[in-house]
Amino acid sequence: MTALAVAWRMWRLRFRTRGPVAGVFLLGALALVAVYALGTGDFALSPDQVVATLRGQGPPGAEFVVFELRLPRLLVGIGVGMALGVAGAVFQSLTRNPLGSPDVVGFTVGAASGGILVLLLFGAGTLSVAFGAVGGGLATAVAVYLLAMRGGVAGTRLILVGIGVAAMLEALNAFLLSRASVNEAQSATAWLVGSLNARGWEQFGPLAAALVVLGALMVLIVGDLRIMELGDDTAAALGVRVQRTRLIVMGAAVGLTAIATATAGPVQFIALTAPPVAKFLTRSPGPNVLASAFTGAVLLTVSDLAAQRIIAPTILPVGIMTGAIGGVYVAFLLIRGSRIRSG
Amino acid sequence: MRRRTLGLALLLVLLAVISVLSLAVGAKPIPLADVWHVLLHRDGTDDSIVVWERRIPRTLLGIAVGAALGLAGALMQALSRNPLADPGLLGVNAGAAAAVGAAGLFWPLTSTETTVWFAFLGAGIAATLVYTLGRGGMTGKANPVQLILAGMAVTAVLASFTAATSLIDTDSADRLRFWVVGSLAVAQPGELQLILPFLLAGAVVGLAISGRMDALALGDDAGRALGTHPERTRALAIIAITVLCGAATSVAGPITFIGLMVPHAVRLFTGPNQRWILPLSMLCAPVILLASDIVGRVAAPPGELEAGVVTAFLGAPVFIALVRRRGVVAQ
Repeated sequence: MTALAVAWRMWRLRFRTRGPVAGVFLLGALALVAVYALGTGDFALSPDQVVATLRGQGPPGAEFVVFELRLPRLLVGIGVGMALGVAGAVFQSLTRNPLGSPDVVGFTVGAASGGILVLLLFGAGTLSVAFGAVGGGLATAVAVYLLAMRGGVAGTRLILVGIGVAAMLEALNAFLLSRASVNEAQSATAWLVGSLNARGWEQFGPLAAALVVLGALMVLIVGDLRIMELGDDTAAALGVRVQRTRLIVMGAAVGLTAIATATAGPVQFIALTAPPVAKFLTRSPGPNVLASAFTGAVLLTVSDLAAQRIIAPTILPVGIMTGAIGGVYVAFLLIRGSRIRSG
Repeated sequence: MRRRTLGLALLLVLLAVISVLSLAVGAKPIPLADVWHVLLHRDGTDDSIVVWERRIPRTLLGIAVGAALGLAGALMQALSRNPLADPGLLGVNAGAAAAVGAAGLFWPLTSTETTVWFAFLGAGIAATLVYTLGRGGMTGKANPVQLILAGMAVTAVLASFTAATSLIDTDSADRLRFWVVGSLAVAQPGELQLILPFLLAGAVVGLAISGRMDALALGDDAGRALGTHPERTRALAIIAITVLCGAATSVAGPITFIGLMVPHAVRLFTGPNQRWILPLSMLCAPVILLASDIVGRVAAPPGELEAGVVTAFLGAPVFIALVRRRGVVAQ
């Protein structure tokens, strides 16, 4: 009996089960949400009808609704959620602060500024707006980082500087919008809140490509990142090239944030909330990149569903939902008062 | 003493200059001589109508709203002993805005008179909430960073709500869209008279406790020894802030950063003396708000840029500079 218990313990120690269990749980949740999302709307489908449609044997008309309208929106939502989840996870790990996520630090707004600038100067085009967003996000990241520098970058100062820069960029966005013609301004405004309305297959391609490339990069480098959580000196002693890793990770995370922003507009606070939820589920140290990705996907798709349903005829932009959720989460962090008191 | 008088004189001159400029600058520029002429002779010409019907009310509104926000900001910084405090950053204006949005949504026929009360309610709830959250629950001591984060969190939730109401309620959305950014141009005629009593009441309370705020700056115990009631003074300050911000926001929308910048500028002249900081903030804030409004009028022809956008543009760098300053954020 005791021998069995000891053996079980040994097995648990060797193969941590919590991570995979959490992964299966998240995937299951995502699948449930997906089936529900595909079946909900003016053209309602039961879950088995949804599954049948996906296998090509659905009721008449369902194929169009599912494959052309709902599936692309769902996939774009999942992709955006994954990108934001990963970006948030690595940023919080880099800044060693639960508030150090790209949306709090202003990168999301910066990406939006870049996107609008391109939108207004060169006209709408998925790819050009994406490049504008990446440029804006990177420029903001560099600016915030430099402004927060003062004999090293303290996490708290980075966050406060980010809040200030974000306020300024929001003003800039308002200025850009006021300079635009009515039509341009309308499409830009709709995009600015962060919304999955009218997102289709053409947005999914670039998003998926970026996700695969940058996500793979993150998975490769995540070991170094985990070691860096021990402190730069320890990490360097353990053979991690700290500065290089930090640059690569920051670049990739800003890229992910920017591509998500280019696709769905600045969806706030998914990057902030997904990683801690993932960490709670897996209970494992380090940035939890994969789990955060799936958590982000679940959070974003659920938020989008809620935003569509909550006051039924009006479809709210998902950014409104996530803004509310994120605010509540920060309030929760403050009440718990952990780790963000200062420094 | 010299320096304070100098500051007072300088601010009075600046306010006069900027008020005249505010009458002259806009979509239809009017030469200063003509402004003077129509001020003396209200003769029904185009210039006279523009000045009397549009620009004078707008300028007066700017002065009133600016004074309210400046005083509220100075009170807040004194109350929380926090150089980063600002009614916009700490969510008070967002609270007033959300309440006004809710009133428009659930009771569409609400008159402006009633809207002001909703604004007070929202401002009061948001102020209390942020202050409680910033202290890390009911215990604990408020610290600058936590207060700002609490303000950000509350603002995020409330702004989401306000945005949602403006999307649902398309009738008022057009006005709300400009009002949400903070603008002097959206006020209806007569709204200034409506909020003026509240602004005066708030200002009287705020200025009356300035001496006690000085005593409290030494800490609660020292303040008590000097004969003030810390709790009562704090409660009065919060009431004054709520009334001032609620009234200002109900007509001009949530304008951020005015209350942050002004006390720091004023302190250059006054030093740490609330009896001077509070009234001078009331003079300095209208200067900045009107200047922002004027810049906004000419920055984006043929349209206008809301004053709230310009103040954010001016104020955010000040905020960043304050954050970078030693002592505000622990290393």
